[in-house]
Amino acid sequence: MSDRVTVSKTYKLYLGGAFPRSESGRTYPVADAHGRFLANAAQASRKDLREAVVAARAAFGKWSGATAYNRGQVLYRVAELLEGRREQFAAEVAAGEGVPGKRAQSLVDAAIDRWVWYAGWTDKLATVLGAANPVAGPYFSFSVPEPTGVVGVLAPQGSSLLGLVSVVAPVLAVGATAVVVASRDRPLPAVTLTEVLATSDVPGGVVNLLTGHTAELAPWLAAHADVNALDLTGADADQRVELEKAAAGTVKRVLRVPTSEPEWTDQPDIGRLRALVETKTVWHPMGI
Amino acid sequence: MPMSATTVHEFSGATRDEASLRRFLQGLPGVDAVGVEQRSAGLATRSIKKDSKLWAIDTAIAMVDLTTLEGADTPGKVRSLCAKARNPAPGTPKVAAVCVYPDMVATAVEKLDGTGVNIASVATAFPSGRSSLKVKLTDTELAVEAGATEIDMVIDRGAFLTGRYGQVFDEIRTIKAACGDAHLKVILETGELATYDNVRRASWLALLAGGDFIKTSTGKVSPAATLPVTNVMLQAVHDWHAATGQLRGVKPAGGIRTTKDAIRHLVAVHEVAGPEWLTPALFRFGASSLLNDLLMQRQTQLSGHYSGPDYVTVD
Repeated sequence: MSDRVTVSKTYKLYLGGAFPRSESGRTYPVADAHGRFLANAAQASRKDLREAVVAARAAFGKWSGATAYNRGQVLYRVAELLEGRREQFAAEVAAGEGVPGKRAQSLVDAAIDRWVWYAGWTDKLATVLGAANPVAGPYFSFSVPEPTGVVGVLAPQGSSLLGLVSVVAPVLAVGATAVVVASRDRPLPAVTLTEVLATSDVPGGVVNLLTGHTAELAPWLAAHADVNALDLTGADADQRVELEKAAAGTVKRVLRVPTSEPEWTDQPDIGRLRALVETKTVWHPMGI
Repeated sequence: MPMSATTVHEFSGATRDEASLRRFLQGLPGVDAVGVEQRSAGLATRSIKKDSKLWAIDTAIAMVDLTTLEGADTPGKVRSLCAKARNPAPGTPKVAAVCVYPDMVATAVEKLDGTGVNIASVATAFPSGRSSLKVKLTDTELAVEAGATEIDMVIDRGAFLTGRYGQVFDEIRTIKAACGDAHLKVILETGELATYDNVRRASWLALLAGGDFIKTSTGKVSPAATLPVTNVMLQAVHDWHAATGQLRGVKPAGGIRTTKDAIRHLVAVHEVAGPEWLTPALFRFGASSLLNDLLMQRQTQLSGHYSGPDYVTVD
């Protein structure tokens, strides 16, 4: 009997809850930290990005309309599923980032913890960022944070899982929907994350993931009129000014971040959550 | 069945009496379902880019019958639709027509008189067509009196499917007479006709009876306008023109929501019927949400970045 031929995986995009190939039919080779071939990933085109934004917009109503408690439960469940894939994530992080197995394992654990941390924020955010405003009149005045809409996320190029989770989880926690462009050279943990999301209770379209060349996709994302906010974490340093200009042209909120990636293992603050909400203030007569 | 002698062409024999009509319609060659679907799919892969795309978008805008056929229609909604019809966006052509229920025609006329935008009204117990000829006729007369320049009538699908072709023929004839100068579009409701053969028969029936346009659907039944069905109907008007020299129009309605769909239809019009059909006088889109998508795609073409629904009017 001949040796078994292994079934190699076709890495695809994640759009609207489905796993299509790129509309362009393009793929690009992904290598590990030592330059050895790992897999072919789909190379998304601007049309895939357009479809991703359409899917994210369609999913926004339901996801933003879910109660904070429900969103929290859905996100906790994602953490449960992440836990079940620890080995796979650790192997992919170790190969992609070139870190030893133990370090990779701790990065995966940190990523799962980060997810849980943000899941916990869903129903606390309104208390922290909202307010009952004292006003000079017989009115109640409340300020409540509301999700801004569709968020374009350029995921960090270096930290392929912990960094990715640190930028995607806050989008989901506030109730916004995301179009994520994965790390160009280390997209495999991101693809695995979408497989987790697809089998979780996160509705299709809430997270849409594109793999490919960040520099090619970023200008289209920045200038898209139906994207409400842009996270520049994974953008090229020399492309940032142009991206910010394009974003300004379509009245987008831009999350400005340092050009070098932060130490992702550090405990984050709620800066990212705050950046992705709009404050709505309601006045109501007090009555008798 | 009284048949008038006004049909002067080689098909006048077909309309002599019910039996000849049935013989003619049943004798039409069957539609190769696989073939027509394959051809439609093939034409749909044509790539229309840059200047051609911009031209196609503007052409499609000029072909839109901007439609609102809701129970919840109000004069205010019709007025705002009319304003959009006259000037969808800066630099665009105006749409071909506004399509409303008969009781809203007067409101539309107020806003559109003299603008060159036609006022289409559905009539004849739309959308089911289940009423007496008397009611259908009165429905049509009301719309025409109120100022409708185009009448979209529905055929009696029940009669057609039971084989009472003569009854359907007479009904179209009677309504056509009641239309006066108004153009008559005959809605076949292809979603209820079940087969392409029936679509072809109904198309020919409507053309024989004097319909100026054949229209796929009411928009109330799914499936509505599909590319293969539109193809079969385009073939019918093409063949009609070849045989009689008369140009008749086609209007797919319902289910065309994206610019991509609209452009696919335009390709089919060009290839199946012919380039002379690429005018609002002979081809229309019955649509409501399509116009917004066309405007968004137009913005995308002109601005170089993708547009969004926040940049077009909500209606």
